[in-house]
Amino acid sequence: MSQVCDYQKLDEILEKHRYDSASIIAILQETQEEYHYLPREAFDYYAQKLKMPIAKIFSIATFYENFSLEPKGKYVIKVCDGTACHVRKSVPVLDRLRKELGLTAGKVTTDDQLFTVEIVSCLGACGLAPAITVNEKVIGLLTPDKAAEILAELKEGESHAKA
Amino acid sequence: MQKLKNREELQAKSRFYKETLEKQKVKILVCAGTACVASGALAIYDAFLKLLQEKNIDCQLTLDDEKEKESIGLKRSGCHGFCEMGPLVRIEPWGYLYVKVQPEDCEEIVDVTVLGGRCLDRLTYKTEDKAYKTQEEIPFYKRQHRMVLQNCGHIDANSLDEYLAIGGYRTLEKALFDMTPEDVLKEMDAANLRGRGGGGFPTARKWRQVKRQTAEKKYVVCNGDEGDPGAFMDRSIMESDPHRLLEGMMLAAYAVGSDEGYIYVRAEYPLAVTRLNRAIKQAEAMGILGDNILGTDFSFRIHINRGAGAFVCGEGSALTASIEGKRGFPRVKPPRTVEQGLFDKPTVLNNVETFANVPMIIENGGQWFRGIGTDNSPGTKAFALTGNIANTGLIEVPMGITLREIIYDIGGGMRGGAEFKAVQIGGPSGGCLTREHLDLPLDFDKLQSAGAMIGSGGLVVMDEHTCMVEVARFFMGFTQNESCGKCIPCREGTKRMLEILERIVAGQGELSDIDLLLELADTVSSAALCGLGKTAPSPILSTIKYFRDEYEAHIVDKKCPTKNCQKLKMIVIDPQLCKGCSKCTRVCPVSAISGKIKEPYVIDQTKCIKCGACIETCPFGAIKED
Amino acid sequence: MSSGIVMIDNIPVEIKGETNLLALIRKAGIDLPTFCYYSELSVYGACRMCVVETKKGAIEAACSTPPQDGMEIFTNTPRLKRYRKMILELLLSNHCRDCTICEKNGQCKLQELAERFGISRVRFANTADQTPMDTSSLAIVRDKSKCILCGDCVRMCHEVQNVGAIDFISRGAKISVSTAFDEPIANSSCVGCGQCAAVCPTGAIVIRRNTDQVWDALSDPQTKVVFQIAPAVRVGLGGKMGQAQGENLMGKIVAALRRMGADEVFDTATGADFTVLEEANEFLGRLDSGEKLPLFTSCCPAWINYAEKNHPDLLGNISSCRSPMQMFSSMLKEQFKHSNRKVVVVAVMPCTAKKEEAARKEFLDENDQPYTDFVITTQELIAMIKESGFVFSELEPEAVDMPFGTMSGAGIIFGVTGGVTEAVLRRISANKSNGALRSLAFTGVRGLAGVKEAQLMYGDREVKIAIVSGLKNAEDLILKIKSGESYYDFVEVMACPGGCVAGAGQPAVSNAAKQKRSQGLYDADRMSSIKRSEENPIMMSVYSGLLKGKVHHLLHVDYQASYNERHKNLLKEECR
Repeated sequence: MSQVCDYQKLDEILEKHRYDSASIIAILQETQEEYHYLPREAFDYYAQKLKMPIAKIFSIATFYENFSLEPKGKYVIKVCDGTACHVRKSVPVLDRLRKELGLTAGKVTTDDQLFTVEIVSCLGACGLAPAITVNEKVIGLLTPDKAAEILAELKEGESHAKA
Repeated sequence: MQKLKNREELQAKSRFYKETLEKQKVKILVCAGTACVASGALAIYDAFLKLLQEKNIDCQLTLDDEKEKESIGLKRSGCHGFCEMGPLVRIEPWGYLYVKVQPEDCEEIVDVTVLGGRCLDRLTYKTEDKAYKTQEEIPFYKRQHRMVLQNCGHIDANSLDEYLAIGGYRTLEKALFDMTPEDVLKEMDAANLRGRGGGGFPTARKWRQVKRQTAEKKYVVCNGDEGDPGAFMDRSIMESDPHRLLEGMMLAAYAVGSDEGYIYVRAEYPLAVTRLNRAIKQAEAMGILGDNILGTDFSFRIHINRGAGAFVCGEGSALTASIEGKRGFPRVKPPRTVEQGLFDKPTVLNNVETFANVPMIIENGGQWFRGIGTDNSPGTKAFALTGNIANTGLIEVPMGITLREIIYDIGGGMRGGAEFKAVQIGGPSGGCLTREHLDLPLDFDKLQSAGAMIGSGGLVVMDEHTCMVEVARFFMGFTQNESCGKCIPCREGTKRMLEILERIVAGQGELSDIDLLLELADTVSSAALCGLGKTAPSPILSTIKYFRDEYEAHIVDKKCPTKNCQKLKMIVIDPQLCKGCSKCTRVCPVSAISGKIKEPYVIDQTKCIKCGACIETCPFGAIKED
Repeated sequence: MSSGIVMIDNIPVEIKGETNLLALIRKAGIDLPTFCYYSELSVYGACRMCVVETKKGAIEAACSTPPQDGMEIFTNTPRLKRYRKMILELLLSNHCRDCTICEKNGQCKLQELAERFGISRVRFANTADQTPMDTSSLAIVRDKSKCILCGDCVRMCHEVQNVGAIDFISRGAKISVSTAFDEPIANSSCVGCGQCAAVCPTGAIVIRRNTDQVWDALSDPQTKVVFQIAPAVRVGLGGKMGQAQGENLMGKIVAALRRMGADEVFDTATGADFTVLEEANEFLGRLDSGEKLPLFTSCCPAWINYAEKNHPDLLGNISSCRSPMQMFSSMLKEQFKHSNRKVVVVAVMPCTAKKEEAARKEFLDENDQPYTDFVITTQELIAMIKESGFVFSELEPEAVDMPFGTMSGAGIIFGVTGGVTEAVLRRISANKSNGALRSLAFTGVRGLAGVKEAQLMYGDREVKIAIVSGLKNAEDLILKIKSGESYYDFVEVMACPGGCVAGAGQPAVSNAAKQKRSQGLYDADRMSSIKRSEENPIMMSVYSGLLKGKVHHLLHVDYQASYNERHKNLLKEECR
């Protein structure tokens, strides 16, 4: 079995929250910040250390939309489909991103683990509608073409990094 | 930093910062709200900093950095609200507002304005017929009444010093030293501030209920889980004026006898979390937050909890469940939050904007507050103005203003000169208002009687090209996805309502579907467990009420009157223009087009998937959407 | 306590300590429908079937509204009827509607309410994903397609049993009740107590049925089928068999089993007598040495599962006695080992976890055959009787077979919480007078309370005893013991609240009916001429005969050793 988790890291997170099961959401958030998703081992480990049923932790993790049980891509693109973005045509932007990356509503991460495309309900950047975020960075006033350009830039940067 | 031990020390500190601030003869305020940052505001700030240093201009970045003589202040301010025009730069004392500023503009700004005192006209905001030099002249701002958002864009959002310099925490000092908790409650009673989070429940009454509880431990919780799509006023306050929020919470805590508070912030607002955390650290370091504040018996601590992506956590009991580390399931009431809220203790739960109103009420008195707005809804309300409107952004207006004033005076009318159709107010829990409501005064009660609600204050303006059935479908899709799944009416009802709406926009609806929608809406709104469920059918009810003909057009004529609904589009070949070249048949992915060479081709509508590939291919422009 | 009058459908009803309107309305003789209300669980308020209308037209859920003097509510207005019907229609639209082939047919709350409210059409298509059944557990079977998400099982598993094997997964329309990562329930922390099935209103969680295998054995002439019937079973089927609730029906059960073709029928209470002797011995030994105290009882298999999964450090404290069922099965197999037919032991139990216990490695014989071949629950016994077509009320009671034809009252009261303790106390008490025996009943060992304590003198030593039922109660007690807050010498643990009379294998009933069942067992004890296990006349001959030199082999078990063994193997696997 390959070990995904560094248990020392998990211990640090637990330590920070004083092994308090009431802080499980913050614990999972910090775990996800570390691994970009919630590895299964972390569930087993936290259940044991926090004396919480693993089903309960799993229940919490699957309730909140931000938690992911699958590894995400290096670039997580969140397309805002809040009302303001929606009426200013966010769907064509989403469609274009998915088309460029060969993704669908069911398949959200590219095979090379580079891109994940998700929908979020509102980024609160309504003044810049339609908006997306690439990792934490907000990019606004998008068009499908602009979205494609952003992808091209990111891809270009990657191939440079490789070379 | 030395903690302030009494009111005199606080007053001295404030005086010192005020004097220092006054020495800044020119202030450059670069908007650093989320939207302007996204448009490149941080690069502007860096450009200014570099320029001022290069030019050896004495500039002051923090008030601690003491200057003997006059200097120039450079700061990252909070959100101005005019997000679409960003990045924004405001220059004081003149109040010039420069829009869409680029790093290369900075040098000219420094030379012409900062050093020369003249307005750089090419960067000012212009409408078709007019240019506006100062922020205050711009129609978007002129009709606003900024009280809660007063500091947003005018002070450094990262600085406790500036907050103190403009009189921040003066109200807390007044309350702690000159007022009893009962005095604070009396001012709140007099003000009749109603909760800005949606329901409009009188804040003072809520606080009194908490105060009355015998439990020793009480909590003050701030709901910063601004989940309504299309609303961002709370984000703006948290990012731009975090100390005002902290001060409001502390006043509440003092009034009800609480020593611990939580701010629950939406996951999508990382900048707000950063700024609030910084503000808390600053206040703690100065002895304004923590144990024995300013040497008194009053102690208060504030924690930040980040949401993890669940709209339902904006509901009070779901929010407290989430802070407790549980699924955000709302629970049945009673007991109410004021009796058994967070960790089963009596809890004051208000939203960001409500708390942000408190310091000025305690400072100026409840009667003063009563003088603004309407009788039953005193004060102002911040709205997020978005959609098909010329000026989008964050506005603050007195309660009782009409929709017409907001849309046409502040919002500058419809974008691209289209016709106004409706405005969705209160997000997915609210309803739509139409042309007949343009002169309706906006306050809690008037809106409720019109079948809408202020909600958290999202105003999404829709023009004549918007399909109202699709709008209802959009909101139902949102609520369905955000339903927690606990109670049957909401979990199953929203799912079925969404299915029916999807059927209708796809042209597969039946007339009985409208009645079925109304029947479902009645059950869900009456029998659902929490507010999210009870208000989930509102968009359906109001769109059916005002736009029933659009529903019928989708169902009976199988047409979308605004040509929005993809599946109801018809793509046809104009036989007059078609030359029979057969190019279109080759791109059609479903072989829906047939015909003989050099004769007009036809599209089999039963096969066509409306992808539009043929339209792009046709060299003669013979194919179009009907 | 609240008091006053509530007007319910224009009839005044007095509040007498009811904490919610639902209880008050039911007191007024109105059967307000609900899926998610159980008085022993927390108020959930999610099914919204119990909605009532106030005079102002507000709709409130009765289960979560405290009654207040002067309230005026209506329980059956046209609006409420509309909402209830719509809720039922919405539930049915996602639900498997093959009622006739459902395990829960005739006992399903959804079916019952759909009939009561006359749901004749379902206007929405079933768009739910089809999910396979989870048959991984020997105790229960889960079928998500029948789940109405009332959460009763989740709250039972967490709040009462402290197991938390299942919980809500995802949210909104995608919500389901499952284990972490949707793993088979057998891989979870499930202890097999079956209380989830006991509260499930539909067929989403049901007891695993083994009746077909039993029928096969009964119809096979080459098989000798030997039954043992647990104490709680005899008082568990009255309500479903047209007899009084809690009535002792042992004789009729024996008769029914014989008519089905049973070759031998015995009473597990006889096995319990051996448990008493062995456990009392062990307890006295530990009291003398002062080691491994408190002694925890070992009769309840769900408790053993729980201890293994949550407190392996306590396994050494658990009695080495096999449960009465296992003691008896191994004795029966020994007794009939020279039979020329294949011998199958069937245990009729009030319990679902017994099905798992029977399959434990420790309880396989030299040929890897289980000592207890099949376990059927009281509910399955009822099904078999019904299937046979006997008119149960007309069956003439019969006695069990020899050579294990006698049992003590002490063995019979094993079926109720506190019974094991009382039986052991009867054994170790130096004073064998009738008065002393009677006074034992008043030391605090009786009653359905979840936590009971008793003290009594053994010689000059005060022996401290705790009796818990419900695993959350057990957990709380263990934490107190571990922290040093409490000290006990003897702890009886039963997983099901109230003990075996309320086992998940019994037909689910109200608390009042559970009380009647336990009374039925105490009555049987009172009527029994043999009160103490050691007075059972077969003891002597069995110990000197069948058990000679085999007491350890047939009556004891070392859970600690098997735990260590399993974990050694696990470690090895991981290293690989």
